[in-house]
Amino acid sequence: MQSAAPRAPGSPGVASPTESTGGHSHGHDCGHDHRDHRGAHEHRLHHADALLSARGVFIARSRRPILENVNIDVGAGEIVTLIGPNGAGKTTLVRALLGLETVDQGSIRRKADLRIGYAPQRFDRDPAIPVTVERFLALGLPGPSANMGAVLDEVGARRVARQQLSALSGGELQRVVLARALLRNPSLLILDEPVRGVDYAGEAELYGLIGRIRTSRGLGVLLVSHDLHVVMAQSDRVVCLNRHVCCSGVPETVAQHPEYVRLFGAQTARAFAVYQHSHDHSHDLTGEPQPKASD
Amino acid sequence: MLEPFLVRALLAGLGLGILAAPLGCLVVWRRMSYFGSTVAHAGLLGVALGLFLNLDLTLGVILVSLGVGALLVALERQRMLPVDSLLGILSHAALAAGLVAAAKLSGQRLDLMGYLFGDIFAVTNSDLLWIYIGGAAVLVAVAWLWRTLIAVAVHEELAAAEGLNTRRAEAALILILAFTIAVAMKIVGVLLIIAFLIMPAAAARPFASTPETMVAFAALIGIAGACGGLFLSTQWDIAGGPSIVLVLSAIAGFSLTRSIVTANR
Repeated sequence: MQSAAPRAPGSPGVASPTESTGGHSHGHDCGHDHRDHRGAHEHRLHHADALLSARGVFIARSRRPILENVNIDVGAGEIVTLIGPNGAGKTTLVRALLGLETVDQGSIRRKADLRIGYAPQRFDRDPAIPVTVERFLALGLPGPSANMGAVLDEVGARRVARQQLSALSGGELQRVVLARALLRNPSLLILDEPVRGVDYAGEAELYGLIGRIRTSRGLGVLLVSHDLHVVMAQSDRVVCLNRHVCCSGVPETVAQHPEYVRLFGAQTARAFAVYQHSHDHSHDLTGEPQPKASD
Repeated sequence: MLEPFLVRALLAGLGLGILAAPLGCLVVWRRMSYFGSTVAHAGLLGVALGLFLNLDLTLGVILVSLGVGALLVALERQRMLPVDSLLGILSHAALAAGLVAAAKLSGQRLDLMGYLFGDIFAVTNSDLLWIYIGGAAVLVAVAWLWRTLIAVAVHEELAAAEGLNTRRAEAALILILAFTIAVAMKIVGVLLIIAFLIMPAAAARPFASTPETMVAFAALIGIAGACGGLFLSTQWDIAGGPSIVLVLSAIAGFSLTRSIVTANR
């Protein structure tokens, strides 16, 4: 079934924009569900167009498979939201896409000259090391940067520029981390749970910001979220991962649903969308996919 | 007029104070103080082996420290035990092996107390050369790797994702730390050396707003501790190493108390 030809073990970072016509539409992961137009969508995004493209990625650690046959593409100007329960392998996939994790099988292709801006999950800052926000930003670049102020304005964090990193609130830290990623002038942003630990209003604000950055800079965004149902409304595609890709599709906006509007307020509701999962299988305790009983 | 041995002691204290500042800060930031103790404890074994094999003692210490460092890095790959337990095992195994080797291999030639607690008044011109020339090399290496070392201390994964060679910086830091410990061992002793590294850095933290100012304050505090300790030592006729560490702990204690008091106001 899997159409992808055998590939050399992943060598992330090697860009070879080939196989633009590869017929990869009926792989294991895509085959679960044909109702959500995803199949058609995948056909539009070939390797050559995608900024970042993973095919048949398999990663095992201590002989336990963590990722199996994962395909994912992120195109220019596209927001892809990656969701999945804890332990689904989201972080491992992100690390593999960044080139920090070796891929046992399958391949990861990056467009030539791809610059990735990476914003890690909210992290524990060590108060033992005194760094200001400005210094934190400068650490991401080999030399001095002239547009640090502009980027801080872009993410709305100018006023914390001279503060100690350890003194920032959760939301401020997320913006500063985003600024460090943007300073690299990336064509692809990889954001690992950028709204974790932020309240709904803050979440909506951050989603709005990410959407504006996508539009103004025209960059691709891969956004990781642990929320399985409510996602960023501007996501072009949602990919649900649980060791393999369980399903993927387009989220459904909630701004028209009076219930959500009542819950979040009209402005906030606009930032969110619900994602309907349509799996043809479930997972047992070990994570092994099981066919649905009704099948 | 200062006696020559006192001049050498002051020069050693001055050089070590400067050398220990960036290394001590890195040890604090990277939470490597137990690692440093382990490497220092292994130093005694290096001295004994150096005497036994007729090697330069500093070289013997460096070789054994590097061996222990490499062993630790290899052992960290196992997942069964936490790293602090591993360090506890290795640290005391190294100390015990060093004490046994010192007694058996080197006969009566080894001044055990001098190596355990240091003897800054016995510093020779060749020791000073090790401190100043070796120290200059260490500082150049640290300056070269500075951005990567800071980036790794702040967020290792982010630094690696941005293309910095974090593994090389890590390995270099271990090497540099082993070398610094080997050089400083004779002056403050294997049991107190880690204090000489982390106390100035810890005392400097509340006064600093950037990594560099923290290093600068740590250097000043280290030098003050060395001079103050030497003064105490000559006034009261007590050992140099413990005197220096005592002065440094007083400064660290003052600094930390002050920051607790100001934080509660």
